[in-house]
Amino acid sequence: MPSARCSMLERAPQQTLGDESGPRPVAFRGAGFMPSDGRASGWIALVLVIALWQFAGSAGWVSPLFLPAPSAIAVAIYKLAMTGALWQHVAASVVRIGSGWLLGTAAGVIVGFAIGLSTLARGVGITFISALFPIPKIALLPLLILWLGIGEEPKIATIALGVFFSTAISVYSGVDAVPRNLIRMAQSFNVPFHAIVVRVIWPGALPSILAGFRITASVALLLVVSAEMIGAQFGIGAFVLQAGNLMQTDQLLAGVVILSLFGLAVGKAINVLEARLLHWR
Amino acid sequence: MDLIADHISHRFGGLDVLDNVSFTVASGEVVAIVGPSGCGKSTLLSILGGLLRPSEGQAQLRGAAPAGSLNPLTFVFQDFALLPWCTVEANVEFPLAHTALGAAARKAVVDDALRRTGLSDFRSAYPKQLSGGMRQRVGIARALAVRPAILLMDEPLSALDSQTRELLMEDFIRLLADGAMGAVYVTHNLEEAVRLADRIVVLSRRPGRVREIVEIPMTRAERGAIDARGKLLALQNDLWSLIREEAIDAEREVQHA
Repeated sequence: MPSARCSMLERAPQQTLGDESGPRPVAFRGAGFMPSDGRASGWIALVLVIALWQFAGSAGWVSPLFLPAPSAIAVAIYKLAMTGALWQHVAASVVRIGSGWLLGTAAGVIVGFAIGLSTLARGVGITFISALFPIPKIALLPLLILWLGIGEEPKIATIALGVFFSTAISVYSGVDAVPRNLIRMAQSFNVPFHAIVVRVIWPGALPSILAGFRITASVALLLVVSAEMIGAQFGIGAFVLQAGNLMQTDQLLAGVVILSLFGLAVGKAINVLEARLLHWR
Repeated sequence: MDLIADHISHRFGGLDVLDNVSFTVASGEVVAIVGPSGCGKSTLLSILGGLLRPSEGQAQLRGAAPAGSLNPLTFVFQDFALLPWCTVEANVEFPLAHTALGAAARKAVVDDALRRTGLSDFRSAYPKQLSGGMRQRVGIARALAVRPAILLMDEPLSALDSQTRELLMEDFIRLLADGAMGAVYVTHNLEEAVRLADRIVVLSRRPGRVREIVEIPMTRAERGAIDARGKLLALQNDLWSLIREEAIDAEREVQHA
């Protein structure tokens, strides 16, 4: 028994035959597979979700204990800012992240360049990095407390360690990715070693190094929160944990929002850095 | 200043690439190196320019470099090898930065090199903004800036379209016209070799050996004349007949690899 679909198919050749007598447009087949950045749609979706969330809270669909409305979170942030507690916690975290990230990055860049440029450093460095990189760095915090005491040092050292390995890997990958023909070109003009490192290898590796910064910034944020949850009086991580223990969900989410804003700000800063330093791409 | 290939042999691992290659590039002379694919032309150029240590033999220089030459043996690369983060001007100045030249002298040299290659209006452009032909002109300007005795050109036109190739070939002929600079010109394009070279070193299939050294019996200026075209074409055909069988073998070898 012929179905409706079959009969459509049977009619198709007749249509084609009928059309063959005159010119007909070539069917366009090249659509799709080219998504473009829809900034507006992203913002609209974000506003819609927050509005829905707010509405669900205001209408009493969701208990404020489990999920306070966005307005309650905004009020909590405002109060924290007014009392000064917000700045105390943020400052404690920023100091830890800043010093840990700088230390880890400085060491990572030096070691990464050494691995990228020297056979001996490569052999030794890659072996150690392969062995130590997979360790979740937060697991080393108790050991670092034992070694360095219970002050700021173990937290900073944990962040520095986490940042160090990712930085070293992104730096030596970046050095490896510098086109060899550029290095040979420089050598063919008798450009000295240090000038090749500064003027060819460093800028050539920079895209990879900056991509590494993006990763290490989030590693640093993750580790500072974890470290502060394990042992700190101040800091966003400590604050979030305390709020959770006291079931102050609005405060807890205020801390989470601040972390998110911090992450966004760092991402933006790296975007600016990339736009300035990698404009030639 | 003469450049001498003195019994050069080279192998990569167990693969013999060059076998006992010897010839001399006299001062101001343009020597083309042709041969089937994989015969070691580019390897030979790297050895001649000191970028690769040969397994046996050596590259030698004889005589003094011309006065003011900052880099007697200077490469022009197939892929241009421009620093993408530097402007045209900075790329041309790159090899001068570590020399004894002061800032004013450097600028004068760069200006002169840019003018000779028609790049003066593009000094602030980045390589990504330029066409392939213009990029290679930057490579040539950079080479001219160090006042070489001998240009080592590794298939400098092979990444370019035919019209751009023609324009740059005219530039090469103009730049080499006064005999102040010699050149070693590696190419697979026999027409380029016949138009530019004083002598053509024909290498055999791998391992590359000198099969023949062919002299072009007319000056570059004479080659521009219409009645010279027949002779050049005949020379080109002679060269092709030397290489053809081996080129076929080389191609099959690559396909079976």
